[in-house]
Amino acid sequence: MRWLPNPIPAPAFSLTGAQEHSSLRLDGTRLGFALLIALLVPALALTAERVPKPAINIEKPGRCVEDTATMRRGHPDMLRHQRDLTVRDGIRTRQHSLQGCIECHASARTGSVLGDKGFCQSCHDYAGVKLDCFECHTSRPKLATGAKP
Amino acid sequence: MSTNEGSGLSRRGFLAISSATLGGVMLAPGVRLIEVASARAPEQAASKQVRWGLLIETDKCATGCDDCVKACATENGIKDTGRPRTDAQWIRKVELKDRRSGRTHSVPVMCQHCEHPPCVDVCPTGASFKRADGIVLVDRHTCIGCRYCMMACPYKARSIVFDDVTDQNPDVPRGKGCAEGCTLCVHRIDRDRQPACVEACTKAGHNAMIFGDLNNPQSEIAQRVAKFGTSKIRADLKLNPAVRYQGL
Repeated sequence: MRWLPNPIPAPAFSLTGAQEHSSLRLDGTRLGFALLIALLVPALALTAERVPKPAINIEKPGRCVEDTATMRRGHPDMLRHQRDLTVRDGIRTRQHSLQGCIECHASARTGSVLGDKGFCQSCHDYAGVKLDCFECHTSRPKLATGAKP
Repeated sequence: MSTNEGSGLSRRGFLAISSATLGGVMLAPGVRLIEVASARAPEQAASKQVRWGLLIETDKCATGCDDCVKACATENGIKDTGRPRTDAQWIRKVELKDRRSGRTHSVPVMCQHCEHPPCVDVCPTGASFKRADGIVLVDRHTCIGCRYCMMACPYKARSIVFDDVTDQNPDVPRGKGCAEGCTLCVHRIDRDRQPACVEACTKAGHNAMIFGDLNNPQSEIAQRVAKFGTSKIRADLKLNPAVRYQGL
């Protein structure tokens, strides 16, 4: 909270009464102003919707590989674990693979999990978490169901 | 001889087994059930018992033919950026000429999948590694793009990607800033298929490339290596590559 007044250091030598009084009054107005902003900012944010809520459209409804709560919290660990098994040991099971995610969650419209309304990107944008899987991996499912835009 | 009941083997079962055994020898040229016999389940890790290798018959490999190079590019999504000096190159055709005899060879050269790979020795992050079955790979998740492996490789088999890559093959993730090289089409091997270059060479009728398990004495590649004098490129370095050349 940068706008809150900094604590004024105690004077090293005594000041005149008038000066002391004015500095105190200034402090009070600053505090009031800060309070006003603090109250206004959330209200402004609500009306403006600067950060859109993630668009979670499940194209293929059905059971995910784990329950929703586990997936929300644990999917990065699952993917990281699976990727090491696949790259290092050649284990290509579908259970926690990125390809498996994409196959179910790619948008029917764009054929991708990226894009503003894409399953992966919209949520990562909302959470402010960098999504770097798709710098190397394709964001489209293996079977070209979704048409290329 | 009437002990069919005793052995618990019905006539039908016996036929099935004998046909499978016959099929194990050869289905069609280049398509053998021996590889299928060593198949592993998707949840099973790559085995140390196996060592995948390639044998290239140099007298069958024609000058100017680049079917293997094209197949590799298609399979692995390597696109021409118009800058051939810096494009990624997983496999290339090399023309050789013996100055004394005038004999020429045209051979494909790719990652030789060494038993003692120098690229693995020099990698500062452990991204360059050798899989249990002898395939030398780059783990792009840990590669920092330092290119030490490119310097260390005596076969010039590694490349670095300079441009953003889009529309990759889902099985072959590639991206800017990572070192890469021939993977022996590891995604195909894990599903009991042959590397794309070998498949293309066989399909076009050249039959100049044989893929198989060097550790399995039953496999064609191992039998040929045992029978013919196959050579390794830069054998003096004692890296024991898994890519062998016959008639070089």
